Amino acid sequence: MQGQSDNNSLRRQRQRRILADAFLKMLPTEAVIYREEELVPYECDGLSAYRQVPLIVLLPYDTGQVQAILRYCHTNKIPVVARGAGTGLSGGALPHEEGVLLSLARLNKILEVDQPNMRARVQPGVRNLAISDAARSHGLYYAPDPSSQIACSIGGNVAENAGGVHCLKYGLTVNNLLEVTLITIEGEQITLGGGGLDSPGLDLLALMTGSEGMLGVIVEVLVKLLPIPAKAQVILAAFDEVEAAGNAVAVIIANGIIPAGLELMDNLSLRAAESFIHAGYPVEAAAILLCELDGSEDEVTVSVASVCSILKQSGASEVRISRDEAERQRFWAGRKAAFPAVGRISPDYYCMDGTIPRKRLAMVLKKIAEMSERYDLRCANVFHAGDGNLHPLILYDANIPGELEKAEQFGGEILELCVAAGGTITGEHGVGLEKIDQMCAQFPDAELEIFHAVKAAFDPDNLLNPGKAIPTLARCAEFGAMHVHAGQLRFPELERF
Amino acid sequence: MDSNQDISEVLQAEVIQAVESGQQLCLRGGNSKGFYGRELTGEPFDLSKHQGIVNYEPTELVVTARGGTPLSEIEAALTAQQQMLPFEPPHFTEASTIGGAIASGLSGPRRPRFGAPRDLLLGIKLLDGRGQILNFGGQVMKNVAGYDLSRLMAGALGTLGILLEVSIKVLPLPPQETTLLFEADTENAHAITQRLSLDAAPISGSCHMDGELRIRFDCDETRVSQLQKRFGGERFENAEMFWQELRDQQLAFFQTDAPLWRLSMPPAADFALPGEQLIEWGGALRWFKGDHSMETIRSAVGVTGGHATLFRNGDRSGEIFHPLNPTVTLLHQRLKRVFDPKFIFNPGRLYPE
Repeated sequence: MQGQSDNNSLRRQRQRRILADAFLKMLPTEAVIYREEELVPYECDGLSAYRQVPLIVLLPYDTGQVQAILRYCHTNKIPVVARGAGTGLSGGALPHEEGVLLSLARLNKILEVDQPNMRARVQPGVRNLAISDAARSHGLYYAPDPSSQIACSIGGNVAENAGGVHCLKYGLTVNNLLEVTLITIEGEQITLGGGGLDSPGLDLLALMTGSEGMLGVIVEVLVKLLPIPAKAQVILAAFDEVEAAGNAVAVIIANGIIPAGLELMDNLSLRAAESFIHAGYPVEAAAILLCELDGSEDEVTVSVASVCSILKQSGASEVRISRDEAERQRFWAGRKAAFPAVGRISPDYYCMDGTIPRKRLAMVLKKIAEMSERYDLRCANVFHAGDGNLHPLILYDANIPGELEKAEQFGGEILELCVAAGGTITGEHGVGLEKIDQMCAQFPDAELEIFHAVKAAFDPDNLLNPGKAIPTLARCAEFGAMHVHAGQLRFPELERF
Repeated sequence: MDSNQDISEVLQAEVIQAVESGQQLCLRGGNSKGFYGRELTGEPFDLSKHQGIVNYEPTELVVTARGGTPLSEIEAALTAQQQMLPFEPPHFTEASTIGGAIASGLSGPRRPRFGAPRDLLLGIKLLDGRGQILNFGGQVMKNVAGYDLSRLMAGALGTLGILLEVSIKVLPLPPQETTLLFEADTENAHAITQRLSLDAAPISGSCHMDGELRIRFDCDETRVSQLQKRFGGERFENAEMFWQELRDQQLAFFQTDAPLWRLSMPPAADFALPGEQLIEWGGALRWFKGDHSMETIRSAVGVTGGHATLFRNGDRSGEIFHPLNPTVTLLHQRLKRVFDPKFIFNPGRLYPE
């Protein structure tokens, strides 16, 4: 065995040398990273449980260099994993053992903010928040706001169809794009979408959005910008029961109000956030709702009043309205820091990302609580209540043998529960490598075969991010053999690896 | 009479038979958009009997309906709950169906504010060109599991398969709609809509023709008065009929046998070819009638980053839709083979195959 791994390591070093020589001929020296110690920072994305040092990392400076890299990889059948800021939570940018990690971080220019047409042309490595910062002086902003918006890049947002807390009213990434320029695995540059709202032909822009780097490499993005609302206010409501908070959401929507943001936190997550951020959350509450309303002064005044009365009628024990911008920011700060806050109360946590029909929230939370007892792991829940996207955060300690596996099994069971409840295994984080087995619970073989055929239409040699997002049928057969049906392990006493 | 029925198994058997015999099919819902796209070929294949709302829960903001369900039926159900289809689909006849509305990808005056069918479509049940019934997407707002093949069907004009069921995001009806009328030439009309847009005015429709600009707002009386004070314009009463006639192309402008072009372009872009224009979507959609060659029109629109479709009339066997880059064309052809390997659905309706 030892000899075999030595051989493998020698072979990798040889292959690394070959690639380094080849790429150093076509790229500037600083664009090629091949020393082991410099490669280590790229071994994982935001999901650090999975690690793999790539063969080589390339950091091109322009589109021409991206084309040259892809042409070479296509000719020589080298796998390519594209990477933005590396903040993804599903292992989508986990490097390939035998492949190139293609970082788009140096394509980081805002090319144009076009006020008359309310749009911005940016390179893929531009940070999400940097777009809004650049647009602010024009009175505009970019609406999708994933919690990682300080760090995550727009290219990664497109690849994952990133969401955020304002999706219900302003849509996902796919709803806020006009045009994407990408390089195919053959090195061809194509533009999808266009300058108008509609585009000719099949909607390949929609197909590309959320395709997790499997179909092409994004090199330029034209995003829509929106006018900054004149006013925004947040209401914080405390509830003694989670179910009542869930019902309040339905009543708000039934009254014809679409809040800009609508977030629910359960007791464990709101306590964690409070002790971290001191946002002033009521720590005794079973759940809190944060409801943001935006628009003109008058509109906000009217809708804040009606939402407050709905919340009180729905059994809120306390209702607070942000008095000024500082307080609005403070109310949000706790929610936006919920993940790191949970990180403070546990050595490790594992973040899930299911979506469910909102009316099933109480049932799903009850079942998660039961699982939490069964697995003997705590679970904090943060919920994009407006659009049904649930983030259970499973608390565990990776230093305790078997606990990571237990957390993963717990997480897998939650996702299968989301599917059974009529929802999906991922609302906004993507499948990546992490949820690839749960794809088998969500899709039958016929659909998976179509996914593979779509992949082959763009990338016949399966070189772009191979092994991610769509499981092979063989993998699903194996996964199915371990499961009698959703969530029911045939041999619950056995450990799974 | 209850017309609510699920005939997916019948349709599936017929498709399988067509695949086996090599019979090409011309998919037809309400048959209200036969004028659109490239010329129709294949045996007419009626989908209108597969109809009915499968599920509608107002508080989940989602409606699921069979493809053959008339738009009017869905809209009546939504209106009863004070909700709407946000993309405001055109009804070219009373028979227009939801399947056709999604497959055509067309939307009405609300499009800039709330999106097109592709933006609101959450999931589909598809009958593909092998006769398989497949589910993509779902009934929830956020779903990134697998490639987004639902949205790919919006605007595909039935070339990839039959939409047996569609799940669509719905939104509350605005509490009130008010329309303001401005006297304005093209330049002024652009300036007014742009200032209003940058001011975050809740514009739910705009139409400029014959020196008149009409703008519809989804907001209450107070806000409209404020807007009017700042931007001018007078109240345009009984506007509902106007917007409906615009959406359904009943206005006199559209009554023509001459080629009618649909130009999609950046809202502030210039388009100066001589001819008659009706401008919607704050400039992002322009209907154009003018005596120019296809090449002249395409190049005038192309330089702005937009594209031109020959929407009605003219030679329907030609390049109705804007030509695509060769690599994109190749991707279209490969995707067609993924979903319809025997080329039985709507052959050549979108592009020559």
